[in-house]
Amino acid sequence: MPAEFDATTTLQQYAHPERLVTTAWLEANLGTPGLVVAESDEDVLLYNTGHIPGAVKIDWHTDLNDPLTRDYVDADAFAALMRAKGITSDTTIVFYGDQNNWWAAYALWVTSLFGHADVRLLDGGRKKWVDEGRAMNTEIPALADTDYPVTQRDDSVIRAYREQVLAHIGNGPLVDVRSPAEFTGELLHMADYPQEGAIRGGHIPTAHSVPWRRAADETDGTFLPVDQLRAIYEDEIGLTPQDDVIAYCRIGERSSHTWFVLTHLLGFENVRNYDGSWVEWGNAVRVPIEKP
Amino acid sequence: MRDALHEIVEEFADTPKELRLPLLLQFADALPALPQRLLDDRDAMEPVEECTAPLFLAVEVEPGQPVRLFFDAPREAPTSRGFASVLHAGLDGGTPDEILSTPNDFYLSMGLDDLVSPLRMRGMSGMLARVKRRVAAGISA
Repeated sequence: MPAEFDATTTLQQYAHPERLVTTAWLEANLGTPGLVVAESDEDVLLYNTGHIPGAVKIDWHTDLNDPLTRDYVDADAFAALMRAKGITSDTTIVFYGDQNNWWAAYALWVTSLFGHADVRLLDGGRKKWVDEGRAMNTEIPALADTDYPVTQRDDSVIRAYREQVLAHIGNGPLVDVRSPAEFTGELLHMADYPQEGAIRGGHIPTAHSVPWRRAADETDGTFLPVDQLRAIYEDEIGLTPQDDVIAYCRIGERSSHTWFVLTHLLGFENVRNYDGSWVEWGNAVRVPIEKP
Repeated sequence: MRDALHEIVEEFADTPKELRLPLLLQFADALPALPQRLLDDRDAMEPVEECTAPLFLAVEVEPGQPVRLFFDAPREAPTSRGFASVLHAGLDGGTPDEILSTPNDFYLSMGLDDLVSPLRMRGMSGMLARVKRRVAAGISA
């Protein structure tokens, strides 16, 4: 049985407040049957140094990506992961992590590809929980395997591929959520990630530049109020909730965060994440690239 | 490869896969604190840009003396701390030749690439490359 929704007033401004929980709500609801807290981090050791009590770890690299093909795990592997983490098909999963929930949003998006119904983000992520002095421990929860069903991934609704992006140029908005220097092509990689580069720099023609981090408060990492989000995505770059939007970054993780903002906080109905992103586009032969 | 580093590589390789990250965490916890003279002079430390987290290193090379290595990484970046600590435990106190002869890809034998994204593993080679560059500059100075 899914957990109750967080009725905190500040969350009700968003289109889908049921997709967020506050740190206070989570603390009060820890241990509730049907609720699993999952940590997904950039730093693969961070969970082991201490985590929200009872939380499981879901690793973007080893749990969610296929070890061979550049793709997500298949239905059997996903079901096996959910079973091992004590999750059933009607469990409420609250994701949280480091770096403003960057990888937590990615894990939530991948989980959504498999159609898991009740997925939520902890507003403010790991940092807010830690900064507020809330409980942490290093105990790895002992979980009984569940009977999570094998569910096929549906890549047709919230995921976009290169060919679709190519056809989208000039026909619908693209949002490039990388840093400004990546967008202009000055950097062939994200600052501090020199190995994850591309042969060509720049952006997909017609893309708007809105770095993903702008959607979060600089101090506590919580999402900006809805009017400020609308000012960025609707007033500044002219998106409307009915638009067919494709977001991309470098490998699709930062754009998962923007996908979450547009879909669940602003209520856009047709947002896809192009996970091939710049590592594919900037290395692909004969795709168009724009440089300012 | 210097014996001390070789032993660490073997220790990781011989550890069951599920215990390798906890072992790396033990290394992260064991990274020695910086001596006061470096705490007072942070500009003397070189940032390692290949790491995703803020990581700094310093290398002291004196003629006829063992090479001293110093690393600094925040507690919130345990993977980078762990990598730094492996290099510290394996190479601190070595001779310039021992350090310069370390294979650039020594970490591939540790069995961590299944657990840590291979791209992120290269933070380790970034650190080693900088250590070697500083040692080479130190002995030619």
